[in-house]
Amino acid sequence: MVVKTSSGTAVVTLPTDTQILITREFNAPGHLVYKAYTTPELIKRWWSGDRGEVTLAEVDLRVGGRWRYVMKANGGFEVGFHGEYREIVPNERLVTTEVYEGMPEGEAVVTHTFSEKDGRTTLTILMLLPSQADRDAVINSGMEGGMQESMDHLEQVAVSLSRRT
Amino acid sequence: MNDLVRLVGLAQPLVSKHLRVLREVGLVGVREEGRQRMYSVNGQLLKPIHDWVKTYERSWSKRFDRLDVVLEELKEMKEDDGGKDE
Repeated sequence: MVVKTSSGTAVVTLPTDTQILITREFNAPGHLVYKAYTTPELIKRWWSGDRGEVTLAEVDLRVGGRWRYVMKANGGFEVGFHGEYREIVPNERLVTTEVYEGMPEGEAVVTHTFSEKDGRTTLTILMLLPSQADRDAVINSGMEGGMQESMDHLEQVAVSLSRRT
Repeated sequence: MNDLVRLVGLAQPLVSKHLRVLREVGLVGVREEGRQRMYSVNGQLLKPIHDWVKTYERSWSKRFDRLDVVLEELKEMKEDDGGKDE
């Protein structure tokens, strides 16, 4: 048993051919993690990670309500995700659908579980994709995104170099 | 084998079946030591899968690092409010 003093890293596993499981522990109570996950102005601050900036975060937090996030990636292009809330247990559980607008056929069903213990919260995100190909495409999107950013960065460097000459 | 059965929490025939498949594809090695069979994992073969998932995992880690910052602020706000949320 490893006791962590600060928050850890995300752990991604692939339980079945059509699933992705993401786990991460947070040094905060469940209701705050839930709040950061469901409040548009807070989502805007973290959801893009180091990939860019969130330009739109719409949340209609009720069963059947829609959500949509748009991120302006570092390279300048925009990527959008949207879906619907299927199940809502405040501070504990959130089941949503999720579509990456670049691959609209691969709709995922995503179950978020916020489980609090001693003031810390373990967040598990279980994504269920329609097929193994869709699941693999999601994993690959991380790689392509990273590649895209590297290429964009390379381009910026090249442009700045060419301006100097 | 007994150790594995205990650790995985599955019935022994099921564990044997899984081990046989893993041995066939080379992910698990086995050697006899007296009356015991010692199994080992061939991590090298798992590396391509690990590498494949790593970039995706990293993007989530970056996302959650920023979420940590938001959470710290929410916790402070809560303390300033004298324990009330918002």
